[in-house]
Formats: sequence, C-alpha cells, structure tokens
Amino acid sequence: MTTVAELPAGFADKVLSAQSTFRSVMDAMARPGGVQRIRAQAGTPAPMMHGTAAIALTLFDHDTPIWLDGAMSATPDAAKWLKFHTSAPVIAEPSVCSFAVIGDARSLPPLDRFALGSNEYPDRSTTLILQVDSLTSGPAYELTGPGIDGASVLQAMIPANLLELLAINATLFPRGIDVVLVHDDAIVAIPRTTRLAAYGA
Amino acid sequence: MNATAYNFAYLDEQTKRMIRRAILKAIAIPGYQVPFASREMPMPYGWGTGGVQVTAAILGPDDVLKVIDQGSDDTTNAISIRKFFAKTAGVATTTSTEQASVIQTRHRIPEAPLRAGQVLVYQVPIPEPLRFLEPRETETRRMHALGEYGLMHVKLYEDIARFGHIATSYAYPVKVNARYVMDPSPTPKFDNPKMDDCPALQLFGAGREKRIYAIPPHTKVVSLDFEDHPFSRYRFDAPCALCGADDSYLDEIVTDDRGSRMFVCSDTDYCEGRQAAGHRGTESAAPHKERVHG
Repeated sequence: MTTVAELPAGFADKVLSAQSTFRSVMDAMARPGGVQRIRAQAGTPAPMMHGTAAIALTLFDHDTPIWLDGAMSATPDAAKWLKFHTSAPVIAEPSVCSFAVIGDARSLPPLDRFALGSNEYPDRSTTLILQVDSLTSGPAYELTGPGIDGASVLQAMIPANLLELLAINATLFPRGIDVVLVHDDAIVAIPRTTRLAAYGA
Repeated sequence: MNATAYNFAYLDEQTKRMIRRAILKAIAIPGYQVPFASREMPMPYGWGTGGVQVTAAILGPDDVLKVIDQGSDDTTNAISIRKFFAKTAGVATTTSTEQASVIQTRHRIPEAPLRAGQVLVYQVPIPEPLRFLEPRETETRRMHALGEYGLMHVKLYEDIARFGHIATSYAYPVKVNARYVMDPSPTPKFDNPKMDDCPALQLFGAGREKRIYAIPPHTKVVSLDFEDHPFSRYRFDAPCALCGADDSYLDEIVTDDRGSRMFVCSDTDYCEGRQAAGHRGTESAAPHKERVHG
C-alpha cells in the first residue's frame, strides 16, 4: 500500500505554479502549433511527464472526471497521485470524461469514444492530454486556423494516425476534441479549429 | 481589512480552475459563449464582475495591468478595478497600452495597435447578441447550434427600412471565424475592425449572465452587413480638441448651457501620448499655462 509520504509531491507553491502553468496552456491554446514551456516544478508519478502532471494539478478537480489510457493505468501510481492531489474522479468510461490522459500515443483510441459535446453545448467535450516522443524534432506538420497568422509549422513525433483521427474535428465543428500534446516540459495545443497536414503535402 | 487575508487575485483556487477551464474551451470554440459558475464579486453587477473574474483567473505576479472604462484610465470604474488588483494580487499597473500585458476594458478597444502576447479582457453586460430578438435561452442556444442567424439580418434590414442605413452604432454584431455570431460588448462599431486578425488574445466575461467567450489571435471577425449596405465605421467629423487626432474615436463634451461643445479622444492614453509628442488641438495651445482671467 502506498502511503502519502511515498506519493510524489504536488506544486510547492499551488497558487502561482497553477497560474504560470495555466498561462502556458492558454498561450498554447491561443497559438496552436507554438511550443510553450511549463516552468512550475511538481512531483511526477510514472509514467506521467512533467507537463502532464503540472496540467493535472492546474486544471483537474472534483468537477472533472478523468480517463486514463492503458499505459497510464498500468500501475495504480498515476491514479492514486491524481486522486490525492486533485480529488478528480478517475473513471472507466471515456465518453463522459473532461480530460483524457494518454500515456502511449500509439494506442490512441478513435476520438469518437470521447465526449464530443453537443451542438448546443460544444464546450462539454473531452480535452486530450497526449504524451508524445518529441515536440521539437521529427516529421514537419503545417497548421492553419484561428490563432495562427497564416500557417505555422510544427516538428513533432506524433502518432501517424493522429491526422486521420483529428479529421473528425473538421466535419463535426463546433463539436470536437481539443488536444494538448506534451513532451517533458514542452506543450503544444491543437484545438478543434486547427487543421493539421503533413508539411509540403 | 487586510488584503493579505485573501488568496492571490482574490478568487479561491477552485473558482480559478473552473474559470480557466471555461477560458480554454472558449478559445477552442471562437465566439461560442461558454457557461461558467460566476461568483459574487465585491462590486455590483454592471461594474465589470465578469471581466474581473476573467482577469483574476489569468493574472500573474509578472503581469502589468491596465484598466479602461470607455477608453479612459481615470474614471471611477477603471481606478477601482486597478486598485482592486494592485491590492489583492500586488501586480504592477499602468495606463500605457504599450506597456500593459493584460488590459481590462469596458466598452472600448484602445487606439494603439495591440501586439502578440497581450490579453484584452472585455466586460460584457449582455453576451447574447440574439437576446433582444429572442428572449428564450433555449431558442437562442438552438439558433447558435444550427448557425441560424436570419433573425439578426432581419433586424439590420429593419434598420435600413426605417432609417435608410444600419443605425446600430454599438454592440454591432460580428461573425467569428465564419461560424458564431457574437456580441462584441457595447463597444462603438468604430472599434469592430480592430477585432479582426488582432495579434492579441481577446477574452470576454459576463458576470451576471455567467458566460465567457473568446477570440483567439489572428481570427477572422466580420461585422454583419449587406452587399448594398456595407459595414461602415462612424466617428464625429472633427479633430480632437486636445491633441488634434483625426483618426481616433471621439467623446462629445458639453461645455456650457448654450450649446457649446468640444470633441476629445475617448482613449485618454492615446490622447496624452499624442500631446506629449507635441500634437496640439484647438483647446490646448499652451496646456502648461494657466489661462489668466480678468
């Protein structure tokens, strides 16, 4: 049994760490494709990356059901840590979760398994926190949409089928899934309005 | 009352998390009004409780805050909100548009162009652009869901039928990212073109009506109009009496009871900046000298 003393710590300074992390996420969401850094320090339960843990401490609470993928729930560490630090309920049914935390991007389920919101309330949709292998190197992608002046280019190691999966955002709008890619302390957001294509394609 | 008894920026952390989640969804769905659990604030509705809650949720110790009310930095509303955050968050405040990182505004967009990295927070009284046409929330929500905005065009058409032109002069409806019709808050329609492709992030908070919405940077914002009655800005046909600006939005100031009046910039920072740069209007030939009477 894990005792509290064995759990990785939360934010040292809850208020200001959550504020700076939120501003990074807000800037990422407002400028899709741009890499933002999470500066706040926090304990990180395996297999969570630093950015994922900071976002969890900033945005999760008892109002936000959380879904963890197979990699995240392989050991109970991440769920225990989330429950202790955020009180967020960890649930088994992805279609009603506010946030889904994906540890293994290669086994990302089809996005229509998550909450897509309704046409009346498109905000009642899942935000995916997707851990990836790199946000600075790898294949190049071109992003267009609100928040982007013309087009922006992102070099990242993201799952090969993500482009295909995200295509539902174009057809379903205003319903859709918002994605935050995380690698270590770097984050990139792909809100539902952003169109992603292989660069030069 | 000791200000240190409050949490940083007044709101408790759970409230901030709730508002922050609403802001993120608002940015992801430009122009859509996200419902949020608006709190009672230590100021009355109509004084910017929505804008204050948005500002409180985003503000950090490194931010520089500017607050304007109808373009002015020195009205009661602007001063009290600026002092509120200086006291509860200890942030630096400014009246300079250029130096501010967060600008909370009531009913104006600053004249000086905004830049990337700035956040403009609007105080919104009635967020629903269709509310005066359709009072039922269930109906307006469905109209937004279906993108059914014919009623708004009928309203603008009725303006033309009655007055010969679109007489709506403030809170002029816009379409954001070719999807949602949005109320830009009661800003004069003079300011509408500044919202289009703006490099700064624009956030809107309505406290009493419990809605948050947003326009991300570089987003298409189009004022509704007709091909034969295109959107046009309006300003008084006069230069500013203090700084001589002929491109800024003007306030009309009545100076006596015999019909005399003068026009001055509504944006005080812009006007003062121009005067400091040596621009003069008809009423400020020598502003540093007291006029000698008798």
